[in-house]
Amino acid sequence: MWKTTARRMIIMIPQILLLSILVFLLAKAMPGDALTGLLDPSIDPAALEAQRERLGLNNPWYVQYWDWFTKALQGDFGQSFRFKMPVADLIGQRMMNTVWLSLLTLVLTYLIAIPLGIISGRYHDTWADRMITGYTYLGFAAPLFIFALLMLWAFGFHFGWFPTEGSVTPGLTPGTWEHVVSKFYHILLPALSMALITTVTTVQLLRSEIIDTKQRDFIITARAKGASEARVYNRHILRNSLLPIAAFFGYEITGLIGGTVFIESIFSYPGMGQLFLSSISLRDFSVVTALVLLYGAASIIGALLSDMILSAVDPRIRIK
Amino acid sequence: MPFLEVQDLKVHFPVRGGIFNRKLRSIKAVDGIRLAIEQGQTYGLVGESGSGKTTTGRAIIGLNPITSGTVLFEGKPILGGGVRSRPGFRRDIQMIFQDPYSSLNPKKRVLDIVAEPLRNFEKLSAQEERRRVQQLLEQVGLSPETIHKYPHEFSGGQRQRIGIARAIALKPKLIIADEPVSALDVSVQAQVLNFLKDIQKQLKLTYLFISHDLGIIRHMCDHIGIMYKGRYVEQGTTADIFENPQHIYTKRLITAIPDMDPSKRERLIKFREAVKAEYEQAYEQYFDEEGLAYPLRPVSKTHLAALPEKG
Amino acid sequence: MNEELLRIENLTTSFRILDDYYAAVDDVSLTVRKNEILAIVGESGSGKSALAFSIMGLHTRARIEGSIFYKGQDIAALPPSKLNKLRGNELGMIFQDPLSALNPLMVVGSQIEEVILLHHPKVSAKERKRKVIDLLTKVGIPRPEHTYELFPHELSGGMRQRIVIAIAIANEPKLLIADEPTTALDVTIQLQILELIRRLKNDSEAGVVLITHDLGVVAEMADRVAVMYAGQIVEIADIYTLLSDARHPYTRSLLQSIPSAGSAKSRLHVIQGIVPSLQNLPRQGCRFRTRIPWIDESAHEEQPGMHEIAPGHFVRCTCYKSFRFPDQKEGGARHAIS
Repeated sequence: MWKTTARRMIIMIPQILLLSILVFLLAKAMPGDALTGLLDPSIDPAALEAQRERLGLNNPWYVQYWDWFTKALQGDFGQSFRFKMPVADLIGQRMMNTVWLSLLTLVLTYLIAIPLGIISGRYHDTWADRMITGYTYLGFAAPLFIFALLMLWAFGFHFGWFPTEGSVTPGLTPGTWEHVVSKFYHILLPALSMALITTVTTVQLLRSEIIDTKQRDFIITARAKGASEARVYNRHILRNSLLPIAAFFGYEITGLIGGTVFIESIFSYPGMGQLFLSSISLRDFSVVTALVLLYGAASIIGALLSDMILSAVDPRIRIK
Repeated sequence: MPFLEVQDLKVHFPVRGGIFNRKLRSIKAVDGIRLAIEQGQTYGLVGESGSGKTTTGRAIIGLNPITSGTVLFEGKPILGGGVRSRPGFRRDIQMIFQDPYSSLNPKKRVLDIVAEPLRNFEKLSAQEERRRVQQLLEQVGLSPETIHKYPHEFSGGQRQRIGIARAIALKPKLIIADEPVSALDVSVQAQVLNFLKDIQKQLKLTYLFISHDLGIIRHMCDHIGIMYKGRYVEQGTTADIFENPQHIYTKRLITAIPDMDPSKRERLIKFREAVKAEYEQAYEQYFDEEGLAYPLRPVSKTHLAALPEKG
Repeated sequence: MNEELLRIENLTTSFRILDDYYAAVDDVSLTVRKNEILAIVGESGSGKSALAFSIMGLHTRARIEGSIFYKGQDIAALPPSKLNKLRGNELGMIFQDPLSALNPLMVVGSQIEEVILLHHPKVSAKERKRKVIDLLTKVGIPRPEHTYELFPHELSGGMRQRIVIAIAIANEPKLLIADEPTTALDVTIQLQILELIRRLKNDSEAGVVLITHDLGVVAEMADRVAVMYAGQIVEIADIYTLLSDARHPYTRSLLQSIPSAGSAKSRLHVIQGIVPSLQNLPRQGCRFRTRIPWIDESAHEEQPGMHEIAPGHFVRCTCYKSFRFPDQKEGGARHAIS
């Protein structure tokens, strides 16, 4: 088991290296460089050139890359020209906001998916199943950002039940109970909006797993043992059907990254996703590259997590 | 000169593991097989699951890479790449697979399935091709009107006939039949076995017949090789093997065949117990430390058995 | 000497296909006695497995008509809660494919334990485990303590089938239904499993229904045989009579079509045509008549019934009286090469 994990970790290193090269080259390919936006246009082009030479911007790309990469390894992703502060600090401020939002979304996703999936799978081809599948089709069809906008409009502006921006009411002291409640109040609507859409994949997956497991031979064995239907479901069908759901958990994280980018912007929630979109539109490239690298690494770790969970819960693929 | 000769065939599969996925050891699926088949004869390869009989067949036709050894077809070597290495061999050697349900592409019509080898090797006009396919279908006892149907519209036995029509489309000389009837019902089995015998006579075919069913092997084959863990334990004519088995493994295999006479039950049970006792007692004598068979030694002109040194 | 355990009367099991019901088991009547092996032989589509599933009440979407009396009680009419007291307890079942019949995510020990727990909830966990170890030993598994903790995929096919058998016999059933128990196994393993079933039957004096397509297995195991074709029983007899004096054309054809050890190299008999699918069964008259077209139509009955031609020997339809095999040429000429 640990060997597989170790092997997967080792494979991850070239994956992340490759990703970082790609990200770096993309950033380089964009017009302008770190000096273009920083300096007064009246400055002498010769001085500018000297400055470039001094900063190493005229070196070949791999030298620049190595320079950037070694700094990045130490947590130095350069300066954000918009906020005039180190990128690492900037992201650090917002990271926790995104983590909390993702966490709540995950919890809500499973809270919705598991009961719906079970009802839909166990009583498939009944009206309850049809309603649930109908909802999942809607979820598949509705673009997240449109659905989120609708939620924001309805529950934020129209009914006024939820705040429409920010991650906390300004002026509260961190650490107080009010601060925590306010934080939760702020993430509830964005998290719910995202969960309602992303959960449909899990509902469908669980439903088809249950329908599939129901028809397997070992279920007949369980019935032939004299097990009641309730026991057949709880002991055999559910346990076996939840396994792929558990394994899917890691990929769920990857999906969340895409979701938070939209959701945070729509709800003006100060997380990494919102920072990402606004940095793109303002060409704050040092921030963008750092975030892409971070997201990429998170996706790779998510996939690794999925594989590890699967090999932990499914005896068939355990490596001896 | 034998028609097909296999010399010291070895097929080893690497087992990988560890952090860097290195080759740790290899599984010797086939470990030094020699066999020779004369033209027009049927050679039976018998063994239990995991004995390497299927791998041997697949290696000869080039579906599994050969680790070492040579395969001579009509005296000419088929190189490491198996049949693939010389286009001529690909025409002359064909294979019939075990499962008629998965070996036919469900999205293709019978016409396309049977014509596929023709399209690879012969440039026929659409009309000629159609005529040839219809002829082939008639040959295997299917109605020529069925060319536009899909595999799912046929029964198991009919599907196996479609597989056979495809195999004989290029007028091959050797057919490797890997468990061709084990997925079929008894009455359908009879149909396919009879038919294989018929076309053998008509087309002067040579068969390498792979099966775990000794009743069928006895019915079909002239010569038999018995495999265990990648090696031969015994080889000989059908009479040698069934009437004068030498190796304890062969004896045990033959006594395990169900007997059609219920009045012999009591006697059989006792006889089998005796054979089983002999097998268990003599196991270490007949197999080496790894549980593998010893090299074959001649028993008679046609009969070889992997008997221990002492004899 | 032999008391009757199971009596099936006019059992018809039908499945719904689109808007109609089609009988996979059609008007089957038979009995199984204590300490007896009744073999049910047939090819795929004959309804033999559907019959086994009907006895165990394992069909979820079928219409069952007729009665299945187990010790005088009609178990086809029992509510699920009552039936569950019998299944796994007095009625044990062995399945065809031991890999898919076992839960891939449970160690085999707990799968055997479950059936003890279900019917003897008061037995302590320790006692239960001991019983499982005993069972594993009984079905011939070496190192039972070690095997207890293994998952199904870690065992060989023969070992898995032993686990399935251990589940079936855990509560010492009076009636054991074995649905093609050796189809997926090698010959030597098949023999071991058959010997195991025979030994268990002798020890417990249970009645056994052995479902198989393999006449060799039947000849080795059965006391009596029922031959099924297209959902119906066409012949029932004791094993000696069936192998030496079979009457029904289908039984006779089947016996002729196996490559037997004695008659090596001769041609095998081929039954003309194909087994009709469930939807295309001839619903009236003798179902086998389309496969023996050279027999005169008048030889068949309009409503073929079972005729007792000797004590305990039943044959369906009257066509057996005038049945003969077509001359040898019939089979050979059809594959003529153009």
